[in-house]
Amino acid sequence: MTTPKTTRQPVLRIGGRLSLRIRVRSVAVVLLLAVVALASAVVLIGTGDFPISFADVLSVLLGSGHPADELIVRELRLPRVLVGLLVGGAFGLAGALFQAVSRNPLGSPDILGLGQGATAGALTMIVLFSGSATAVTAGALVGGLVTGTAIYVLAWKRGVHGYRLVLVGIGVSAVMTAVNSYLITKADMVDAARAVVWMTGSLNGRDWTQVWPLLALCAVLVPLALANERGLRMTEMGDDASYALGVRVERLRLVLLACAVLLASAATAAAGPVAFVALTAPQLARRLTRSPGPNLVPSMVMGAALLIVADVLSQRAFGSDQLPVGVVTGALGGVYLLWLLVTERKAGRV
Amino acid sequence: MNRLSAENVTLAYEQRVIARELSVEIPDNSFTVIVGPNACGKSTLLRALSRMLRPSEGRVLLDGQVIHSLPAKKVARTLGLLPQSSVAPDGITVADLVARGRYPHQGLLRQWSPSDERVVQESMERTGVAELADRYVDELSGGQRQRVWIAMALAQETPLLLLDEPTTYLDIQHQLDVLDLCAELHEEHGRTLVAVLHDLNHAARYATHLVALRGGEVVAQGAPRDVVTAELVERVFGIRCQVIEDPETGTPLVVPAARKARATTP
Repeated sequence: MTTPKTTRQPVLRIGGRLSLRIRVRSVAVVLLLAVVALASAVVLIGTGDFPISFADVLSVLLGSGHPADELIVRELRLPRVLVGLLVGGAFGLAGALFQAVSRNPLGSPDILGLGQGATAGALTMIVLFSGSATAVTAGALVGGLVTGTAIYVLAWKRGVHGYRLVLVGIGVSAVMTAVNSYLITKADMVDAARAVVWMTGSLNGRDWTQVWPLLALCAVLVPLALANERGLRMTEMGDDASYALGVRVERLRLVLLACAVLLASAATAAAGPVAFVALTAPQLARRLTRSPGPNLVPSMVMGAALLIVADVLSQRAFGSDQLPVGVVTGALGGVYLLWLLVTERKAGRV
Repeated sequence: MNRLSAENVTLAYEQRVIARELSVEIPDNSFTVIVGPNACGKSTLLRALSRMLRPSEGRVLLDGQVIHSLPAKKVARTLGLLPQSSVAPDGITVADLVARGRYPHQGLLRQWSPSDERVVQESMERTGVAELADRYVDELSGGQRQRVWIAMALAQETPLLLLDEPTTYLDIQHQLDVLDLCAELHEEHGRTLVAVLHDLNHAARYATHLVALRGGEVVAQGAPRDVVTAELVERVFGIRCQVIEDPETGTPLVVPAARKARATTP
């Protein structure tokens, strides 16, 4: 590693051809958040009606645990925690992509109506068809994708621009909220109760059937998003300046928005519209790394850490499976949103 | 044949046509300045030449090929553009902004080569912003900021450099500063520069080739000495004037007629 004069930013060189730029602070933040997320995950696995100590959870995970612990950890709690990590990471990354493409801190799946769209898909399945868990997941995925496509098409006018994307998204969000309210009023008591739990966002009862599809999707979309991060960083300077540097701005936006919509829809399908993780994770990550640019990896790890910590909090404070994690993220995220609006207002950006 | 030219291009935003069947050649190794009154289409022409705007008819050629058919990064290694308005990202330093000019020379696995390092340093020294390297762009003055943007375009290492109104919003000292820098960049390495300028006298003083536009048509083009005449200025800008010899440089100097004399213009 060498420290160049001009940028004070270390460069990792391997041979003559490979060179990667590294921000030390960003790497440190990512490592720290990963440790927080994983440690909280171990605590979360140990939490419940049958508590398991930190050390025992670790030994099960490392393959040398007590057989009774093993069943609970492997079959019940580990998949739930993995879904939490994946959902949080997917929301964090989706939020960072949306905010960078729309160049607006409010451009997140929560605000743009993707959550509401996915909810409409899920509620349709619950209320109109009394569908199975799989059908509800599929409905949420389709609802999110349709809503994302609708927002892109409606906001497209010789290219998609940030402000219009946010405004169109807020409009779509309002329409979807109305649809959801209508569906709830149509529902009988049992379906309505099921719908409300789904709408809050929860990790309860998630198992391996949710883990694998999410993991597969992330395995494709995360590298795709990261490969385009350099181009995305250029678009901060405006369309003309980035296009002049050889970034194909419109194609980049389409690819990254598609990634973000898929990630957010899949995450919502798996755990419900867990409120505000996508909105807050990128902003918190940016404040920690103090680095300009999209901060994709820090946002992703921050999302995972936020969701798991929120779930630990809700379970420790209110007993296992009593309070859905979405209530905690919603309460914390709502406060954060108010603070964001006030500071952005002062800075004259909203 | 010249490296950059527009052939019979029709330029339009949505339905609003700015220019029809416009043809312009940018002479190699020239400092070409495009002048004309507001809304004559000079910035639009520059946008077409830099592929920001796709002509609805006709074509823009770079090295004999249609510019829109070439790979974006390949064009970006040949032709640089300083847009009229660019946004410096929040909290970015001068060195980091200039380093972004290297984007078309980099790849996913080749993010920062020793030549990137050298070119960025040279670009900052060339434009006199090397000592500002660690400062934040937001805290610089307008003149310094424009130098930083020029440094970024320079770091792109392109033989052709297009500048859209690089002197707008600057005071006279910084205007001359930027134009002097442009003239130096033109003289070294035989770089071709194309700029849109508002001030006709600046254009006459610095350009080696002048293109005068009015209503989307080329009214005249050539060396300032041949092009800038009282008759042409009246035809292009609609003002009566005298053209005298600039006592400093010997280039044409446009002196508008006094208010009373202009009031009697037919």
